[in-house]
Amino acid sequence: MLTLYGAQFTSRLLLGTAHYPSPECLQQAVEASGAQIVTVSLRRESARARTGQGFWALIEELGCRVLPNTAGCRSAKEAIATAKMARELFGTNWIKLEVIANDDTLQPDLFGLVEAAAALTEDGFEVLPYTTEDLSAAERLVAGGCAVLMPWAAPIGSARGLINKDALKTLRAYFPDTPLVIDAGIGTPSHAAEAMEMGYDAVLLNTAVAKAGDPVKMAQAFAKAVEAGRLAFEAGLIEPRDMASPSTPVAGTPFFKIDHAS
Amino acid sequence: MATRKQRIAIRGAGIVGLWQALTLARRGHEVTLHERSTQAFADACSPYAGAMLAPRCEEESAEAVIRELGERGIALWRETYPGTVANGTLVVALHRDRAELDRFARMTGGHRRLSPAELTALEPALDDRFAGALYYKEEAHLPPDSALRFLLEQVEAEGVSLRFGEGEPPKDAGVVVDCRGLAARDKLPTLRGVRGERIVVRSREVDLARPVRLLHPRFPLYVVPWGNGLYMIGATVIESEETGPITLRSALDLLSAAYALNPAFAEAEIVRQGAGARPAFPDNRPRIIVTKGYIYVNGLYRHGFLLAPALAELVAAYLETGAMDPEVFLESPAER
Repeated sequence: MLTLYGAQFTSRLLLGTAHYPSPECLQQAVEASGAQIVTVSLRRESARARTGQGFWALIEELGCRVLPNTAGCRSAKEAIATAKMARELFGTNWIKLEVIANDDTLQPDLFGLVEAAAALTEDGFEVLPYTTEDLSAAERLVAGGCAVLMPWAAPIGSARGLINKDALKTLRAYFPDTPLVIDAGIGTPSHAAEAMEMGYDAVLLNTAVAKAGDPVKMAQAFAKAVEAGRLAFEAGLIEPRDMASPSTPVAGTPFFKIDHAS
Repeated sequence: MATRKQRIAIRGAGIVGLWQALTLARRGHEVTLHERSTQAFADACSPYAGAMLAPRCEEESAEAVIRELGERGIALWRETYPGTVANGTLVVALHRDRAELDRFARMTGGHRRLSPAELTALEPALDDRFAGALYYKEEAHLPPDSALRFLLEQVEAEGVSLRFGEGEPPKDAGVVVDCRGLAARDKLPTLRGVRGERIVVRSREVDLARPVRLLHPRFPLYVVPWGNGLYMIGATVIESEETGPITLRSALDLLSAAYALNPAFAEAEIVRQGAGARPAFPDNRPRIIVTKGYIYVNGLYRHGFLLAPALAELVAAYLETGAMDPEVFLESPAER
């Protein structure tokens, strides 16, 4: 079971809701993925409560827990204001906190993130911060009250997978009891499986499914990969070795070589 | 069933209603066109269209039926409206976004890959800052304002009775074809509006012969030459039904895309801005919904100009022969 702020989920795949060919395709993809949490961007679709009601009705029909995000916010202040709007609109104190530092890499502004996370926690929010693999930032976020961390694998939408595995392993080792969700940069199901094998608690992705040739089929593929990766982690992976290690025992086989050439 | 003259009332004088009226009138039916606003196009989202006729480019995110209806649509526009420009479409990406071009090529057909040199030869206003291009030779575009005016004139010339300020046809008006777009949501509850913002600029320097789409991971945008130096820069796709003025954020997105295409756009004048809400069903596909004596044509989403002619033809064929293409027709009064 995945536990985030006391809420339990059987699925360890979280899906974003942007960029799908149609809302119906989004619905089918979410269903095929088995995801129980979907993120929604507040900025545009519903900055004014009534205007996107058609789309919101469709999101509600999914029956998933909605995790609003502060995508596109460029400062702590802006993110805090957006989070408050989201709380009112969706009736949830969950917030995926994004404070963006750079338009090209969409990398988190760690300083603004730490500031906003602490302020929002103080205000009663349960904050899921989109961060990097940086350990000191993670420590500050946890100290500020975050009980979940969401480090990136690679820049948002880049589909490059886990580009700093060593740091991600360190983060996992350093925070054995904090739920860690890989958020952003996942391109293929094998990337997701790899994150899960490393012991990450869940994976959050959007573009890799939404922009796939067949989003519904790709959602299914990710569901299986996340499940496989989690099972592998729970089963315990073997350690890599430098030399071959035969899977058929050699004990008892004769020591002479048969010369096939003669 | 032999074709016979029928009395048909059309509701809504946007792009769908106009094509419907024209098609039915030209086939000899007695048509009235009802529009709730007193002034033509005052209430419609059609004037906010880019009016690209790009069935292949739309394959990137739309289903096959859009392409099929759209290809027929191009043929009908070319037969009907002399202002239709069949110069194809270009899709370009900056070097850093080259992967977007590969993806677009994978998702669509009917294109040829152009090297940077070939691109500049075809469209001199686009220089070597681009990582090549995709050229969709069979596509077309048109200036929507003049096209709408032209259609209205033709409809009148065909003897259609225009009832502006009279949205509701009288009870004895005959078969009703409801082309009201988002206004039909009272009867089609799953319809939603998808906001599209656009800016029209006038440039004395930039000369483009065909629509250009600039791919970008966050906001793919297009520039459509409307003639006389006018360019439409569009369009955002936002899950919202607001039709108010464009936001500053969207304006920055749109204008910077134009500037990226050709820096001379920096000197262009902003002539108009605005937003419309396109009517869409949850699967973003168009529908002809048939109930007794009442037909809805709706859900054309971003494809109003592209799909309206072929849908009008399908409705006419249905009225005359009862033929229903299951890809588009829905017979149940329980709408999608």
